[in-house]
Amino acid sequence: MQSNAALEYDYSVAKLFTYTTILFGFLGMTIGTLIASQMAFPELNYLLGEYGTFSRLRPLHTNIVIYGFTLSGIWATFYYSAQRVLKVSMAESKFLMFMGKFHFWLYFFGALAAVVSLLLGITQSKEYAQLEWPFDIVIVLIWVSWGIGMFGLIGIRREKALYISMWYYIACFLGIAMLYLFNNMAVPTYFTSGGLGSIMHSVSMYSGTNDALVQWWFGHNAVAFGFTVPIVAMIYYFLPKESGQAVYSYKLSLLSFWGLMFIYLWAGSHHLLWSTVPDWMQTMGSIFSVVLILPSWGSAINMLLTMKGEWNQLTENPLIKFMVLASTFYMLSTLEGPIQAIKSVNAIAHFTDWIPGHVHDGVLGWVVFMIMAALYHMAPRMFKREIYSKKMMEAQFWLQTTAVVLYFTSMWIAGITQGMMWRAVDEYGNLMYSFIDTVEVLHPYYAIRALAGVLYLTGFLMFAFNMIKTMTSSRQLTEEPQFRSPMA
Amino acid sequence: MGLRELQGYASFFMTIFLVVMLYGYIVYLYRSEKKGEKDYEKLGKIALDDELDSTPVNTSDPLPSDEKEQNR
Ligand code: HEM
Repeated sequence: MQSNAALEYDYSVAKLFTYTTILFGFLGMTIGTLIASQMAFPELNYLLGEYGTFSRLRPLHTNIVIYGFTLSGIWATFYYSAQRVLKVSMAESKFLMFMGKFHFWLYFFGALAAVVSLLLGITQSKEYAQLEWPFDIVIVLIWVSWGIGMFGLIGIRREKALYISMWYYIACFLGIAMLYLFNNMAVPTYFTSGGLGSIMHSVSMYSGTNDALVQWWFGHNAVAFGFTVPIVAMIYYFLPKESGQAVYSYKLSLLSFWGLMFIYLWAGSHHLLWSTVPDWMQTMGSIFSVVLILPSWGSAINMLLTMKGEWNQLTENPLIKFMVLASTFYMLSTLEGPIQAIKSVNAIAHFTDWIPGHVHDGVLGWVVFMIMAALYHMAPRMFKREIYSKKMMEAQFWLQTTAVVLYFTSMWIAGITQGMMWRAVDEYGNLMYSFIDTVEVLHPYYAIRALAGVLYLTGFLMFAFNMIKTMTSSRQLTEEPQFRSPMA
Repeated sequence: MGLRELQGYASFFMTIFLVVMLYGYIVYLYRSEKKGEKDYEKLGKIALDDELDSTPVNTSDPLPSDEKEQNR
């Protein structure tokens, strides 16, 4: 046995999840770029028979980027940073090491099987909850093994106070567990049809308006607890650590935490404005969405203020650039969302391309940027080598920033054009345009988005290359960097 | 009063209740720091000084934990 003096943080699980973050990021964004191109050039739908159509690939894109890339990123950063802020190594408990590895392998094979099932068109037909019930059970097991790992680590910690990032990771765990269970209550059609249906294919236990409400309570909070809460957990650890500046106001971080928890859960009905859900619930969804600006900006401004007096780092360290841009995009999308949730704006925005525009300034600018920055920060510490190339990182930053801007500006214009054209009536009250008129007008914007996809994907490949080079052939470090990550 | 309406009222009053709780929490945070009972800001150091062998910050009490032990 090693003596206590040689005890180190154990990054083996964090490394495994780092590999899958890169793998699923590449896969998911490649498919994203392909479906974006299909919107501009429909012939691309016929490349692979039924497997290559937009309708088959779209859920594959969303599932891979959310449950493949983002979850892997969350777990990579969790297994890295939780040890550090709790000041306890996973190597101190054989059981926790086992759970961590079990968590990873169950997840990895589950995710691969899920990709195949979606490609085969096996689906429950609920957005972001497409996977059939056997997968749902595996997902529960994966989630429970994460929970055991997390609370086990908390149980043996040396640092008694839980750092704010841990609160956010815990919220991610609890929030998704609750949402997931309620939304995935499904019955195999065999039982609902007196034996005519199938054992494998299931439908939601709820129906009609109730199903819609549960679905968007889940759907919106998947954004809250998958794309927001754990990413905020990351920035609260990685930005202070990389810059050497303690978080600007710890109290503000606590307030924003509880504010976010309290408000987010009630905003989901903004996905169902002008539908058959009770009117008061729609109004509540709108109001809570607008109020949501406050805790969201609370965190984002706290991060920007953390850089107070240290803004020179923004020009010197590309990692700081990634993180500051991430929190800026977080501010942009948490302002845009509430605007779209206002009923009169929603009447134009709903069902248009403005919605994917909003989704992607959030995910490309905030989620992916933050995850990449976190992994870049972790790499020199996990692999004990400096980051392979600073120049490449800079180039990647500008390429991807350009891509995000092209993506959301083209979709803003496309969405608003679309919304206005659908509603336009002539002096007699007849609709002025047919659907195909809008499709023709939107072609250039779809082409711009496809280009944005190519640029963003290229940037992601540069990230993957830089990471792989860092793991394998970069200069070795003799000691762990304290704050700023070393890069060649 | 039907169930729907009841749900509406329940939601409204729960919102008011939670708003009061949240504001109460804000007041509590700032007041306890002003009185010198707590020092939340030092918890921010947990992220910066995170070596396995560095001294834990441990609580939001203003006195460091080892000093407290000596005072006992
Ligand atoms: C190269 C990067 C990407 C490209 C080109 C891309 C492209 C697309 C396209 C074309 C759609 C379908 C929009 C429609 O149906 O009209 C879509 C949907 C979506 N994408 Fe991406 N995507 C990319 C990356 C990502 C990432 C990294 C995430 C999340 C981490 C993400 C999350 C989503 C979500 C949640 C939707 C569904 C939006 C909705 O239902 O309104 N995408 N994406």
